[in-house]
Amino acid sequence: MSTNTGMVEKYRNNFLKEVEANVEEGEWVKMCMQCGVCAGSCPLGSHWAHPPQEIFMMIRAGKRDEVLTSDSMWMCTSCYNCIVRCPRELPITHIMHGLANYAKRLGLTPKSQPTAWFSQVFWDNMMKKGRVNELKLGLSLYFKDGLVSGIKESIKHQKLGMNMMKAKRMSIAELFGGHGVKDISDLQKIIKKAEEIENARIESYGK
Amino acid sequence: MAKYEYSYYPGCSSQKGASSSNLSRSVETMCEELDVKLNVIPDWNCCSASIGYGGGGVLPRMTLSARNIALSEKHNVGQDIVATCAACWLATKEAQERFDHDGDLMADTNKALAEAGLKLENKTKIRHMVEVLIEDIGYEQIGSGVKRPLEGLKVAGYVGCQTNRPFGIDGESFENPMYLDKLVDTLGGESIKTYEKKVQCCGGALAFSEPVKSQEMIHGIIESAYDNGADVIATPCPLCQANVEIYQDEINAKYGSKFNMPVVYYSQLIDVAYGRNAKDASLDGQIIKAKKLEDIAGK
Ligand code: SF4
Ligand code: SF4
Repeated sequence: MSTNTGMVEKYRNNFLKEVEANVEEGEWVKMCMQCGVCAGSCPLGSHWAHPPQEIFMMIRAGKRDEVLTSDSMWMCTSCYNCIVRCPRELPITHIMHGLANYAKRLGLTPKSQPTAWFSQVFWDNMMKKGRVNELKLGLSLYFKDGLVSGIKESIKHQKLGMNMMKAKRMSIAELFGGHGVKDISDLQKIIKKAEEIENARIESYGK
Repeated sequence: MAKYEYSYYPGCSSQKGASSSNLSRSVETMCEELDVKLNVIPDWNCCSASIGYGGGGVLPRMTLSARNIALSEKHNVGQDIVATCAACWLATKEAQERFDHDGDLMADTNKALAEAGLKLENKTKIRHMVEVLIEDIGYEQIGSGVKRPLEGLKVAGYVGCQTNRPFGIDGESFENPMYLDKLVDTLGGESIKTYEKKVQCCGGALAFSEPVKSQEMIHGIIESAYDNGADVIATPCPLCQANVEIYQDEINAKYGSKFNMPVVYYSQLIDVAYGRNAKDASLDGQIIKAKKLEDIAGK
């Protein structure tokens, strides 16, 4: 049974309970009083099919698929406007991150959602050496749709890259090794353990 | 011995050859001038910023910060951690709060850290460099060291998001923080109090994944600086700096604008006002030259 079906069965369509148990800061969702302040706070507001206020309402109404397959939470820029304004002090930013992470974990994120893709690439890039390799990160971005469009994108942004190199804010050396932590295997061991602990917890909910 | 001493978390973008290496260079100069000693956390790692959540769950992300704090507690005993990057500061401070409130999370992260023989005490204060300036050193003392006032330089203080929310600096308002303006005035420059985009989001990491949507916001941030007669935009945040500076060509091509607005760091303003040259102030790291500031530096 996939974790996704496992979750549906376990929570018997009580999506609020599922969110409370599995989503970062999910226990706060029920505290929302639907005032709408957060909905007016997102910088990319017009691109959210469902602003945070609505997402909280939908969670309570049990609209599981609509919420988890939505790309709304991927529109969060982590600006923290909502957090400082919410009269009930919901950690809205974290709930959005949490929903995004949970949806991705269950394989429900819309295909080619650019921020979902980028956040994974960022994470993998960072975990290789313990520090972000900006040059490789930028290149992954240009080449994300394959070689041909990658070359086109690179040419389009060539001037930007040259400018950055000239200002010594981008370095070709990053292609060959580059910065990193000394104890990379130690760091990877630590994070692997953290992942194991977390996965075990979430998977036990699915059973 | 230096007057002030901290454990320093520089962050990925501050490294040599990285996108905000100009920030770290100018901060070094600034710290020389202000007698601040920064001890880098040995072997620090990335905090995963505010975008790692797609790849990392709560515990792995928090544990990245836990390792940094633990290393600092081990090697830089008793020193506050200071970050210059908004995202580093935020991620680390947030993790610390989370550990404080959630004993299970703290226990789990320590289980993970034990894999490498580390232990988190979580007793270290996590601070932003701007807090050091304002709370520890203070405007008055900063002002007393000014050798070359930034006379006639009109500065749009762009505070952005994460150096402001959710933690804030020195208890200031989230909607209209004044510390950057006060700092500019302290340095003899002219702050623009009507710069209405001072806390507008630039898109953050979504400038990479959603460039069109983000550049629309960046366009507004720059346009408002022009409308307010700014010579330069100043910011404390490395991602704000890069996002607002480096896409101006692309924005001009799309919007038919003629933007050529320099975007500098607060630390560069301090360096110049303290009499340091353009290179020490890392003005050679600008994509868009800060001509007026260079002129003051060359005086
Ligand atoms: S601001 Fe807070 S209480 Fe109001 S709708 Fe948003 S989450 Fe709910
Ligand atoms: S942090 Fe995210 S959810 Fe909150 S206002 Fe900003 S974009 Fe919206």
